[in-house]
Amino acid sequence: MAQGVIAIAEQRDGEIRKISYEVVSEARRLADSLGQGVTAIILGAGVKEKAVTLGHYGADKVVVADDPRLQTYTPDAYVTVLEQLVKENDPAILLLGASTQGKDLAARLAARLGVGMAQDCTQFSIENGNLVSIRPIYAGKAYAKLTYQDSYPQMATARPNVMPLNKPDTGKSAQMVDAAFTLDDSVMKTKIVDIIRDESGKVDLTEADKIVSGGRGMKDAEGYKILEELADLIGASVGASRSAVDAGWRPHKDQVGQTGKVVSPNLYIACGISGAIQHLAGMSTSKVIVAINKDPDAPIFQKADYGVVDDLFKVVPALKEELKKMA
Amino acid sequence: MNIIVCLKQVPDTETQIKISQDKKSIEESDIKWVMNPYDEFGVEEALRLKEKFGGEVTIIGLGPKRVTESIRTALAMGADKGILINDPALEGSDALGVAKALAATIKGMGFDLIFTGQRAVDDDAGIVGITLAEFLGIPHLPVIVKIEVAEDGKSLKAHRPVEGQTLIIETGLPALITAQKGLNEPRYASLPGIMKAKKKPLEEKTLADLGLNPSEFGKGASKLKVIELTPPPQRAAGKIIDGESPEQKAAQLAKLLHEEAKVL
Repeated sequence: MAQGVIAIAEQRDGEIRKISYEVVSEARRLADSLGQGVTAIILGAGVKEKAVTLGHYGADKVVVADDPRLQTYTPDAYVTVLEQLVKENDPAILLLGASTQGKDLAARLAARLGVGMAQDCTQFSIENGNLVSIRPIYAGKAYAKLTYQDSYPQMATARPNVMPLNKPDTGKSAQMVDAAFTLDDSVMKTKIVDIIRDESGKVDLTEADKIVSGGRGMKDAEGYKILEELADLIGASVGASRSAVDAGWRPHKDQVGQTGKVVSPNLYIACGISGAIQHLAGMSTSKVIVAINKDPDAPIFQKADYGVVDDLFKVVPALKEELKKMA
Repeated sequence: MNIIVCLKQVPDTETQIKISQDKKSIEESDIKWVMNPYDEFGVEEALRLKEKFGGEVTIIGLGPKRVTESIRTALAMGADKGILINDPALEGSDALGVAKALAATIKGMGFDLIFTGQRAVDDDAGIVGITLAEFLGIPHLPVIVKIEVAEDGKSLKAHRPVEGQTLIIETGLPALITAQKGLNEPRYASLPGIMKAKKKPLEEKTLADLGLNPSEFGKGASKLKVIELTPPPQRAAGKIIDGESPEQKAAQLAKLLHEEAKVL
């Protein structure tokens, strides 16, 4: 009988990523309502020492798969190893983070296991002993409440920045286990041959705690300078609407919305963004939304917690000065 | 180089989504159906590779008759032939079911590359393409913004942006690629292209044609089951900030973000 919750943790360059703690925290909550345990699994090379922290967030057991070939994620190697570890542990629930890596890994692992998987969920609960997953569809224009049918483990990924983190308790120590697995080189059909690092040092929009975003109202690429300055001051990442990206003012990776990134920061400041339905769809799970726009009828104000109807080229620099004073 | 592009027809992103009476699906009456935007990048990339290496581009769609229109669009862009998998038993299938039907269609067709969109803008899951690769036993390269195929057409390098970095991934062919915005600028179908597309072969297949058992598809066979669809949670009404000048408003906003919202 399938039992317990497995949280698959994620590391990059040997550092445990924040999403891993979010997933372990959520796994703990679900396991508690089932009266069962949490096992975290992490794959990497030489990550055991750092993986101890997964216990602080609620894992009872941490399984470490250590191999130089697992240092950088490839679906081939990771799915091959995880298939063995998941089958051995036979969990009722299998959770991953909906990071770029997690979404990819979860999809291929679910296919390998032949189970249903709910991608990029914003809420989980246990009903009648089973997992219920809630996820936005149509970029958040509707939400789907899903359950699983003759499908174990019940599998899902959790949207970054949405699941509350447990308070880490350094007094809690998980049982650390070295995983036994086989990994034949022949299964590895893709190879990472190079990594180009983004030198901006900014957190990716999907994981950013704060985002300052600009739209058509920025007038040109130069207009983003004031947004960059505000973002630097408050430690935010800079986003853009589709029209700004299509105009060539910002790169594709900055686009927020239905055909761009879906984001959930604590603070989203929309500047000169009218709020087309596709844009709103990509940012409406942000916790606090600020809109700065000259047009009082802009739809963005319907979603905003705080609205400023005025010229952003005056408001944004003034806001920066005010925040400097407060710091 | 023979290339297959799988496409999905989705509601245009302008569409207001209305949930139907049974709360398990959406109202389809006022929807304008279009080719999933991410699939368009796949079609375009396939055409560019065909122009360079020769070969054939086959479009595969799955769904009701209306999907024919999106397949014709891809043919008008320059693809060679289309296949529509259309069977009422597929209605309500999950990603595993859809990928199984696609895999059965593709098995036995010689191919070097398959493209799908990195996700469809309706269910936003991004599972079908990857599952298809798994069922065909080929590698997949997800969310790709640039492809460089080797001169001999036997391997490729692909660029995959992840949080804060871009991975350059190499693989031999055949392989499956899921296309991301930035891969290319899709062409528009020309008028002669549209005329030509009308004469291009477009075959329709049922599950029986594919040697599949209809009872293994549809709602009943889905591993993931919809309990209900709901509208998004409503946000409480916001505050419009008063002030005589932009400076005053900025000061007020800074104060609220600090003291009330406590986010700065």
